[in-house]
Amino acid sequence: MANEGTTNVIFRVRRYDPDRDAAPYYQDFTVPVPPGMVVLEGLWYIKEHMDATLSWRVSCRMGVCGSCGMLINGSPTLACNTQIHDVARDGLLMVAPLPNFDIIRDLVPDLGPLFDRHSHLMPFIVREDHDEMQEPSDQYWQSADDLLEYLQFTYCIKCGCCMAACPTFATDPTYSGPQPLAQAYRYMIDSRDGAFEERKAILAGEAGPWRCHYAGECSAVCPKGVDPARAIQLMKRELVLDYLRLGKLRRRKPAGVLPPEKKRGRREGIPEHPPFTVEGAG
Amino acid sequence: MSMRDTPLWTWHVIAGLIILVLLGLHMGIMHLSGVLHFDAMSPAGDSPVDWANVAYRAKMIFFTLSYIVLLGAGLFHGLYGLKNILFELGPPAGLRSAISALLLLLGVGLFALGTWAAFTARTVALAASSM
Repeated sequence: MANEGTTNVIFRVRRYDPDRDAAPYYQDFTVPVPPGMVVLEGLWYIKEHMDATLSWRVSCRMGVCGSCGMLINGSPTLACNTQIHDVARDGLLMVAPLPNFDIIRDLVPDLGPLFDRHSHLMPFIVREDHDEMQEPSDQYWQSADDLLEYLQFTYCIKCGCCMAACPTFATDPTYSGPQPLAQAYRYMIDSRDGAFEERKAILAGEAGPWRCHYAGECSAVCPKGVDPARAIQLMKRELVLDYLRLGKLRRRKPAGVLPPEKKRGRREGIPEHPPFTVEGAG
Repeated sequence: MSMRDTPLWTWHVIAGLIILVLLGLHMGIMHLSGVLHFDAMSPAGDSPVDWANVAYRAKMIFFTLSYIVLLGAGLFHGLYGLKNILFELGPPAGLRSAISALLLLLGVGLFALGTWAAFTARTVALAASSM
């Protein structure tokens, strides 16, 4: 069905099946593109009408899960929130898997190195009060200012676009890369966390932020506006201040449970939740 | 696990600041004296590199020390930067160690040579002034 404004766009897709192909190659598909069609829908069109073997990774289709990161006309981005008419040049759209990762098949990169580095830098709250964490008596108290210190960096969806854009990660196998470092900073600066020394022991070495020379591409391509380059520079600052014995993180005690004087009742005017639709919920 | 990168990077930045100050002083005295009028450091007039002017500065312990500090800062800043550039080419672990050791030896050797030259210049200048 052709809508008004539909134009044909050539999808030049990088193909590679390690069981069959000696090397990656490009294959052209002509796709009728109505206004508003996103790259992901174009790929679905190819799979349903032209070549069912075309492979890519997808889940939410709404820019939340981070599965469909790929190189679209030379820029790492999400296929699900990139409109074809916004990026196609002269009726041509180049689609390839994210660079800096091995290819599993076609547009599916092996994101294992990203997740390995991510988990190595302890992307979680670490505290010593294990009993409180397991059986919380209340929430840990954190001010709005404390929250703003790291809020921006919590929007990471681990799509790998920043890693694909990073020139240092492309060449230095010891460099952790922008995504793991931004997340390490996110937890390092969280006032509830108590693992600065443990994380510092990792970040003070080659896995740390020191190889970053601030190309800034990670922040330019991030589809969620996380700004990993900023996190890396802030991390450098904290680590340098700590080395010079001027940092505040080494002396920081993790935020405790909400003190009684901070407890407030429900604000006026906030409606109650609707009845649960599932029996036993809540 | 190496934990040296934080101090190395911190000193890299500090060395850069030292270079900024001392190289500014060097440029002011040696290359921009006509503009900035640093005539006090070249009392014999004419060119700042005339022997009389060079000897005048070499006798001052401040200049001897500033040469040595600038040399150390320049060597550390430059060689650490070079090491990072080379490491970005992805050499294997063994080669990385060899590069680090080679650059360390080169830096220490050049620093020793430069320090010797700075003190020798001071000795020669002092000897010439007492003749």
